[in-house]
Amino acid sequence: MSERPKRRSTTKMVPMPSQAIIPERDVHDIPVLEARHLGIEFGGLKAVDDFNLTIGKTEIAGLIGPNGAGKTTVFNLLTKVYEPTTGAVLINGRDLHGLSIVQASKLGIARTFQNIRLFDKMTVEENVRIGLHNQIKYDMLSGILRLPRYWKQEKRQHEKAMELLDIFGMQDLADEVAGSLPYGVQRRLEIVRALATDPKLLLLDEPAAGMNPHETEELMENIAKIRDRFQIAILLIEHDMSLVMGVCEGICVLNFGRVIAKGTADEIQANPVVIEAYLGKKKEAAT
Amino acid sequence: MVAFLRYLINGISLGSVYAIIALGYSMVYGIAKMLNFAHGDIIMIGAYIVYCVMVYLTMPPLIAVLCAVVVCTILGIVIERLAYKPLRQSASLAVLITAIGVSYFLQNAAMLIWGSNPKVFSSVFALGSLRLLNGELVISSETLLTIGANIVIMVALTLFTGKTKMGKAMRAVSEDKGAAELMGINVNRTISMTFAIGSALAAIAGALLCSTTNPNLVPTTGSMPGIKAFTAAVFGGIGSIPGALIGGLLLGVIEILGKAYISTELSDALVFAVLIIVLLFKPAGLLGKPMREKV
Amino acid sequence: MKLKRSTVDALTSYGIVIAAFVIAQLLISSGSMSRALQGQMIPICVYIVMAVSLNLVVGISGELSLGHAGFMSVGAFTGAIVSTWLLGAFNMENTTLRLLFAIIAGGLVAAVAGVLIGIPVLRLRGDYLAIVTLAFGEIIRSVVNCLYFSLDAGRLYVSFNSPDIPGKMIVSGPAGTKAIKTIATFPAGFVLILFTLFIVLNLINSRSGRAIKASRDNRIAAEAVGVNVTKYKMMAFVISAMLAGMAGALYGLNFSTFTAAKFKFDTSILVLVFVVLGGIGNIWGSIVAAALLTVLPELLRAFSDYRMLVYAIVLILVMLATNSPVLRGLFARLANLLRGKGADAPEKGGISRV
Repeated sequence: MSERPKRRSTTKMVPMPSQAIIPERDVHDIPVLEARHLGIEFGGLKAVDDFNLTIGKTEIAGLIGPNGAGKTTVFNLLTKVYEPTTGAVLINGRDLHGLSIVQASKLGIARTFQNIRLFDKMTVEENVRIGLHNQIKYDMLSGILRLPRYWKQEKRQHEKAMELLDIFGMQDLADEVAGSLPYGVQRRLEIVRALATDPKLLLLDEPAAGMNPHETEELMENIAKIRDRFQIAILLIEHDMSLVMGVCEGICVLNFGRVIAKGTADEIQANPVVIEAYLGKKKEAAT
Repeated sequence: MVAFLRYLINGISLGSVYAIIALGYSMVYGIAKMLNFAHGDIIMIGAYIVYCVMVYLTMPPLIAVLCAVVVCTILGIVIERLAYKPLRQSASLAVLITAIGVSYFLQNAAMLIWGSNPKVFSSVFALGSLRLLNGELVISSETLLTIGANIVIMVALTLFTGKTKMGKAMRAVSEDKGAAELMGINVNRTISMTFAIGSALAAIAGALLCSTTNPNLVPTTGSMPGIKAFTAAVFGGIGSIPGALIGGLLLGVIEILGKAYISTELSDALVFAVLIIVLLFKPAGLLGKPMREKV
Repeated sequence: MKLKRSTVDALTSYGIVIAAFVIAQLLISSGSMSRALQGQMIPICVYIVMAVSLNLVVGISGELSLGHAGFMSVGAFTGAIVSTWLLGAFNMENTTLRLLFAIIAGGLVAAVAGVLIGIPVLRLRGDYLAIVTLAFGEIIRSVVNCLYFSLDAGRLYVSFNSPDIPGKMIVSGPAGTKAIKTIATFPAGFVLILFTLFIVLNLINSRSGRAIKASRDNRIAAEAVGVNVTKYKMMAFVISAMLAGMAGALYGLNFSTFTAAKFKFDTSILVLVFVVLGGIGNIWGSIVAAALLTVLPELLRAFSDYRMLVYAIVLILVMLATNSPVLRGLFARLANLLRGKGADAPEKGGISRV
């Protein structure tokens, strides 16, 4: 594991008026995500409490923490799977209060899932086409009656889907059934499907889980490639510290539902609170 | 007024039968997380056994009910082993279709064995009746027995799940199958036990149902009461013993009063309307706990 | 050129139907089809449409509906009333035209019922959804049993729970319809099947159909990519209800009298049996299963006592074979041995755990 090349981020992180830090290049844009005092209770238990996070327009950020810290719950709050008990989520300055998962998606937030959630019985291309659902549209009647609009938009969907698959070297798999693909490819397909929704912010829930070092290395390249090519922000949950430290510009550490530290990779690794709560137990993985 | 009281008592009697059936539904749903569509048909089988033992073997009613309990218990365990157990990890759609298949199997098997002509169920427990209000209000012994049996069963089951090891194991399995297994609980045996108890109750319910409101026994006798009892279980809150009691009684009273004061034709519709309203506005039922989907 | 699987499936479906129709017509015109079997031609068409439309809900949208016969009932009664009314009030003698209007009306009214029932039903999930469709099926039956329609001097009268309306009765509560002109024809049934296939197959292979399938495969993921799951489940449910209503209208106009009891829960289950045996999600499978299982009992009279018992056993076995991990492997090997390696119904019949 130690021979893996380390790609330290060299971005300069600057403070915002709200005291959040974002990459210098994004300072003049509205932050893509602002979570303010976000919290949720399940039966009296505070699963997430006073969670604050700001992500710049093209930032790659990481959300780490021990198991059960509430990381996936944060994702579910950001994507409106859960309605927060307290606080607010803003996507590009728009408050998500009261919106559904679907409406949140339309505002430009896309995600992958810790336990892969593909449309198993559909083909790879169909999976991506579902991602294009709100990008390239036609109504039910045009579809049933096969009106000219159907043929035109179907062609556009196909081309766009193939273009996206091509970027990740998956064009040859287009007609495979998604559920039959190897694990790593399924994870990649989930990312392609999320990208097809044309998001502003991409949330990746443990994208490297179950991957070997080689695949993880490839994933790191892909994450950087996605940001550069699509000019979007990425927030990822990950236990693989080499990936987090290598690719994330800002890192947020969660423990028992609360943020215990925020900063760049170097700052986080030097933070005694983090080391005690988290890295202390996994020192090998971090160095 | 007397008429209303009579309807009310009939409603409570029918409701008591629903409550006993609902218990079986509720326990199985709580523990195996499946809608045992065939539960109603086990009632029917139970009633046929009672009928046969009494008429063909001329045994006393108590022996007949005991025989029915034994047969239904075995039947319940066998059905669970053969049809449901292999599907424990499958989608609920698959399990439900299988349960419907089992229900149809039992109905049609009964049709082949006993024919489609109704077997007239002469009262199993004829012991005279109770006369109140100068003889204007007559309460039959069957009605009293049904209500009594219901109370006894509720108390016994509450004690069983609260005090005994097996009862506690059942509660553990319904909370979290995986954790229960890790704690050394034999999940398969617990589920079998649940089916056994539910089916035994169904047999008793079958005898009571046919002695009170439904004397013409046919192979489809169990399906409607079964579905209504499920309604009762949902109404009260799936997995809750007092819930099944309250749901059953309310539903029985609603049905009888609906029949008496609105329309015989629409009383079933009324019961189902209750089901729909409860599921929409209080899906956890009156006494149930809400569940959250894990993402 | 390599054809897509969806295209092959669609062509198979149309091919089976057209070929079967041609053969049946040849047999009828050459006089080599028995009267009894000829009498089954319209019910076969009806059950094929019922099975295909139910498959849209169960197989494509992944929700178990146990009240499909309710929509058939709505269509049947609407069709009977509309047909009689058109004849009585407008003197519309042309039976083809009357049949057409009756079927369209049956479909529309059933679609409206589908919307009204779909709104509450689709807020529920899984078992609860199934049981509520059953409840609605029974409610429809109870309500229809209380409806009275009559025609007097070209005017249509309706009453609820009371037979006191003037003129000649068309629908008379629990006694059902009265002396309806039987105008359903086999070719009309054939056209209705083609229409159903056109709608269902084109829907499945379109943006909306993909959204419906995505909602089935993974609800949360579908919502997360912006698919309005409720809308698409509703779409499948209402289209299915409409088609069942059309089938019902055709069915009703094949009998001079019928009652609401014809469309009880058993009929819903029978159609579900067709869908399961034909392979859940497999359209041409539904067609074959519906046709065979409607004809077989007619051909094998002696076997009729055991018919439902055998259906029940086969239903259980199919579910076990396609969903139990142990049996699935065993049956797959058996099926391959028996049939070569062509059909893949067992694989399609499997239901993913959501």
